[in-house]
Amino acid sequence: MSMNVKLRHVSGVTVLDLSGKITLGEGSIGLRDAVRDALAAGSRKILLNIGDVTYIDSAGLGELVAAYTSVKNAGGDLKLTNLSKKVKDLLVITKLLTVFDVKEDEKDAIAAFQ
Amino acid sequence: MTALAQPELHEALTLPSTLATVEAIEAKTEEFAKQAGFDEDTVSQIAMISREAAANAVLHGNRKDPNKHVRANFSVTSDNLSISVADEGSGFDPSAVPDPLSPEGLLKPSGRGIFLMRAIMDEVHFRELSPGTEITLVKHRN
Repeated sequence: MSMNVKLRHVSGVTVLDLSGKITLGEGSIGLRDAVRDALAAGSRKILLNIGDVTYIDSAGLGELVAAYTSVKNAGGDLKLTNLSKKVKDLLVITKLLTVFDVKEDEKDAIAAFQ
Repeated sequence: MTALAQPELHEALTLPSTLATVEAIEAKTEEFAKQAGFDEDTVSQIAMISREAAANAVLHGNRKDPNKHVRANFSVTSDNLSISVADEGSGFDPSAVPDPLSPEGLLKPSGRGIFLMRAIMDEVHFRELSPGTEITLVKHRN
């Protein structure tokens, strides 16, 4: 199973609901395309809801980092929400939890963008 | 001399240098990790790590060369689950990989695979072949 992305707009924030696997190949390319398209459409507040992401590998972590830097370089802000324990553990091991702005739930994340 | 534990289960695969090989090695690792009795989270972690080794072999070792193969060995002994993945590439120096936790490494989109292997597995061994590199990943069953 590869990754699916659904896009919503909530209070001026582009929410990307990711589900499935963010892994080498289709999964990581799907994330890259979704963030690139959101930036091209003018979004600068982007929230990645990864509650339904079942699996991330190092290529997927790399894509999360690339998404973060491309949004920052465009003058925007990217946050993550709804991390599973499995994904959070990976971000702890790789110290990426110190890079990303992670919010417990969507409500907190949307409020933090305002 | 200590006798080596005899494998309870063993399987060897020779696979082409394609992304489907990455999936195949991950699936076989998951099967062996379940057989070895690891819990669901650990099985998922070990499978992910085997994916890192397989991706390195296909992409960096063999550079997707259709004339080169990836050989994978899976075994479960009374003590360990062991997965080895070998490529036919031009060799690799694991000590040359930059630290992904350093300030400059943290924001790089690549370079976390070997770090994750070492963080999650109990033992990670690299062996130089001629040609190629073999990575052996070991998780203790205790």
